[in-house]
Amino acid sequence: MQFNFNSTEPIYLQVARQIEDAIFTGGFHEGEQVPSTTEISREFHINPATVLKGMNLLVSQGLIEKHRGVGMFVSKGAHGQIIQARQQDFYEKYVIKVVTEAVKLDISKEELNRLIEQGYQYEGNRS
Amino acid sequence: MKGIEVKQITKRYGKKVILNGIGFELEPNKIYGLLGRNGAGKSTLLNIMTDRVSADDGEIRLDGVDIQDNDQQLGNMYLMSEVDLYPKAAKVSQIFKWTAQLYNGFDMELAMKLAQKFDLDVKAQFSKLSTGYRTIMKLIIALSVQVEFIFLDEPVLGLDANHRDLFYKELVQSYSDNPRTFVISTHLIEEVAQLIEHVLVIDQGRLIIDDETEDILKNAYMISGAEEEVDQYVDGLNVIGSDKLASLKASYVFGELDNRVIPDRVSIDKMDLQTLFINLTNGGQNNE
Repeated sequence: MQFNFNSTEPIYLQVARQIEDAIFTGGFHEGEQVPSTTEISREFHINPATVLKGMNLLVSQGLIEKHRGVGMFVSKGAHGQIIQARQQDFYEKYVIKVVTEAVKLDISKEELNRLIEQGYQYEGNRS
Repeated sequence: MKGIEVKQITKRYGKKVILNGIGFELEPNKIYGLLGRNGAGKSTLLNIMTDRVSADDGEIRLDGVDIQDNDQQLGNMYLMSEVDLYPKAAKVSQIFKWTAQLYNGFDMELAMKLAQKFDLDVKAQFSKLSTGYRTIMKLIIALSVQVEFIFLDEPVLGLDANHRDLFYKELVQSYSDNPRTFVISTHLIEEVAQLIEHVLVIDQGRLIIDDETEDILKNAYMISGAEEEVDQYVDGLNVIGSDKLASLKASYVFGELDNRVIPDRVSIDKMDLQTLFINLTNGGQNNE
């Protein structure tokens, strides 16, 4: 986990996003325990109340769940749920931005399509 | 009320007013940051709050009872400060024992464990310790006295980066294991910005900020871009300072931005606590 404290995002949201990222990338698997509030607070010098706020956000989204007296665990189906949410965000978060920037730079629609095609080739060569 | 009430504290040294009608409350089990520039009156305030120095006016109450000359109330507070109050020949282990006699519930096991983690030799004489290790010993005591209110005046003075990191970790651990109130007075704002839940800022003897860290940062903005457009955008907003580089300008706004239209070439970012602090306490002067 990594926190960028100069970021404009409130710390509790960063905590939530970092854990979500770790679930997404497979750092924390479904059914596995996530680090405790104290462990995260201690490691990154963050107020425990702030960490808890971030954790509670994930609990309310159903991504992690509390097992009384034991700790927090990654919920079943959390990985799929994150992918679904991110697919929904994809258009707004990336596509719109790319198109807006392309228009500003006078890149034509055909040229943009060609660049996307090129991007796919690059990705194909990498893997 | 539960907790500490600071009521209208005023302190003068000669004609100079050090603290001017300071008032706020400290709730149980919270971590506070007490911030202010050199000479702002932070140490004086902490000394008054723990009855080491008396105020000219005002009072301090703990759970509704005046703390002045009240040993029972004062036993619930601990002030760790730069001042060295220990006899020259005293060994660290002796100082631990004396403290344990003064404060009920001093956690000797924790103190010894922390001494080991920080590599503090408990058999060494206090007066022969380096500045950094004197601070470490005092920090260990502050974390080990199990009182409800702990005041840390410049807690990391003389500590290297590794020891500062270890201290913040142990502080969080100790707070999680046994929640109580900490008030941290420090110059190193960046290091504690994520740790403090509530911020108190003293400037020129007055309390100018008393709010939750998150709420403060919600309304702290940096507006940057071409000078003319920035000036136009921030007109009427609460501008607390600005920086300039050639024709580029960054204006710092503390307060809501309302719904005005953001010009294309002006960008809006959030301010961090340190930047906000600098701009609030530079005497109204721009940094240009």
